[in-house]
Amino acid sequence: MSATPLLELRGIDKSFGPVQVLRDVAFAAYPGEVTALVGDNGAGKSTLVKCISGIYPIDAGEFVFDGQPVTISSPRDAASLGIEVVYQDLALCDNLDIVQNMFLGREKRNGLVLDEPTMEQMAAETLAGLSVRTVKSLRQHVSSLSGGQRQTVAIAKAVLWNSKLVILDEPTAALGVAQTAQVLELVRRLADNGLAVVLISHNMNDVFAVSDRIAALYLGQMVAQVKTTEITHAQVVELITAGRSGELGLAVDPGVNGNGAAPADSTTGGVS
Amino acid sequence: MSITAVTKEGPAAVAPAPTVGSHVRGYWQRVRGGDIGALPAVAGLLVLCTIFSIMRPSFLTAGNFANLFTQGAAVTLIAMGLVFVLLLGEIDLSAGFASGVCAAVLANLITVLGYPWYVAVLAALLTGMVIGTILGFLVAKVGIPSFVVTLAGFLAFQGVVLLLMKEGRNISVREPVVVAIVNRNMPVALGWTLAAIAVAGFAVVQLLRYRSRAARNLINDPFPVVLGRIAALALVLGLAVYVLNLERSLNVLITSLKGVPIVVPIVAVLLVVLTFVLQRTSYGRHIYAVGGNREAARRAGINVDRIRISAFMICSTMAAVGGIVAASRANSVDPNTGGSNVLLYAVGAAVIGGTSLFGGKGRILDAVLGGAVVAVIDNGMGLMGYSSGVKYVVTGVVLLLAASVDALSRRRASATGNR
Ligand SMILES: Nc1ncnc2c1ncn2[C@@H]1O[C@H](COP(=O)(O)OP(=O)(O)OP(=O)(O)O)[C@@H](O)[C@H]1O
Ligand SMILES: [Mg+2]
Repeated sequence: MSATPLLELRGIDKSFGPVQVLRDVAFAAYPGEVTALVGDNGAGKSTLVKCISGIYPIDAGEFVFDGQPVTISSPRDAASLGIEVVYQDLALCDNLDIVQNMFLGREKRNGLVLDEPTMEQMAAETLAGLSVRTVKSLRQHVSSLSGGQRQTVAIAKAVLWNSKLVILDEPTAALGVAQTAQVLELVRRLADNGLAVVLISHNMNDVFAVSDRIAALYLGQMVAQVKTTEITHAQVVELITAGRSGELGLAVDPGVNGNGAAPADSTTGGVS
Repeated sequence: MSITAVTKEGPAAVAPAPTVGSHVRGYWQRVRGGDIGALPAVAGLLVLCTIFSIMRPSFLTAGNFANLFTQGAAVTLIAMGLVFVLLLGEIDLSAGFASGVCAAVLANLITVLGYPWYVAVLAALLTGMVIGTILGFLVAKVGIPSFVVTLAGFLAFQGVVLLLMKEGRNISVREPVVVAIVNRNMPVALGWTLAAIAVAGFAVVQLLRYRSRAARNLINDPFPVVLGRIAALALVLGLAVYVLNLERSLNVLITSLKGVPIVVPIVAVLLVVLTFVLQRTSYGRHIYAVGGNREAARRAGINVDRIRISAFMICSTMAAVGGIVAASRANSVDPNTGGSNVLLYAVGAAVIGGTSLFGGKGRILDAVLGGAVVAVIDNGMGLMGYSSGVKYVVTGVVLLLAASVDALSRRRASATGNR
């Protein structure tokens, strides 16, 4: 496991009008690791993701990607850095087939003409690389796929582009037990292939099953980012619901800097 | 990843090669799953032609066969443009009168102002493009529903035609080139040559595709199916050209009348070009994507507004082509050109052919097949002596029928998870 983060955010502020949704957020994602981003409804997880992917501009703060300070002002910027997002609603076109969806907006062409064989081959290789064997034909419409298969296609679409960082917003929220296991396995495999993976989830079992680190957001503040092995289920739940848990999280009284630094982790986002 | 209960087969690349049998079964499965495509149109065409041929033997003559093409061409051309707008899940109710406006521009330039035909044709096409740009801008940028924008256009363009016609007088079009489009035929040999070129071109494209997919070990349609497709096209084109090349003059001593009407290759070329645009370019792919899931298209970096505006531009430009053809057929333009049933026939043609009113599904070929159905109904019922009143009612019922088939097959598809 690498010690230097692929993506590091420092001091991110984001407001929608008078509402401050993100407050001085620090966050890091490491190559080869799954970083779980947890927090209650409305904590700001999706907003943070959209800031990273360039959909929302940030008010303050800095991005460091691969050791370089960068600015991301559009989804295109994020994509060119190798950041791909699998949104919660997946954003697939039901009337297009798997290959067409995976290459949507970035079709391979021969001059003017779509290069279907190349696209189909690349799609097959990507799915095979992810050891996906559950789709019958690459030419079937996405609408005929199960929830887990659709999720698989969305994830495959994200890793097709030599991406370095893949962010998944609640990929298992709508799935049954078997398909959830299937998708989590896929998530794990992405990290094992060397990618940095950020997984947003409300399901603590999923989080503990696949993640290497856990980052907890509480009302727009990053209250802790710790290794999964060094925290318990109950502590994470406390962080999510109360913003603090023992030494971790927000200060007890304002004024005292009760920084919840996790051991052996310099990127903890303890904020007062 | 473990193989789950969802499917049992391996990844696409190593799935067993499909046979003719499995290909047919796959097709039948898709049909039963609600993906019926142009099947109703083809079936309807066969049934209608059979009925009319039995009831009125004059239906099944070379002369009437040629009539079908010249009568249906304008509506079919407008329907081809409408497919683009329908694919986005939008509608263009103004396409009929837009074609009228463009025809009026053409007639004014040729007859009143004496410009050469190519200037007038270009101006008509340009008028269509401008109309489409305005409609598209109002829909995509201002955000007015296309139904409202084009309903307003429907009224306004009707007025524009009246104004261009100097309050109701019609303008005759005697320019030989324009008149020739619908009223003249190609030499017999040229008809055969073009048909041969079309079949050869189709064969080359199909075989190259087959080879390149085979070379990469991708799943291919079975070779007999590919050959069958080529043979089917050769058969249909050959038969059509043969019949159109028959003598259809009542008295050969006075005049000889045979050959493929010039408008047919025009429709055919536009069919090929627009099909290419929709199926083989990323622009076409993006049209389908915007029609299927606009938000997904936007997140994929597709400029959704540009796609929507351009679809309306193509639609109105094709309406202009339809208007030119209508002017050619009537040898004149009057305030009702593009009016009355033209728009509904065109929408009907697209929908009957299998284009979905819900967006995301449809082909240019649908418009041609549906256009054929509409032309056959119109023509056959005319031969049987029914009044326009009955014709309108029947066409309306057929349109409703097609829309119901669309809606029902959609329901079935979502029930079986097919689309
Ligand atoms: N476009 C917006 N304009 C104004 N406020 C917004 C906007 N988007 C999000 N918010 C607010 O920001 C806060 C954080 O929202 P966000 O969607 O990031 O939460 P979340 O952590 O993803 O929650 P969930 O778990 O429910 O998905 C919420 O209070 C929400 O109301
Ligand atoms: Mg969210």
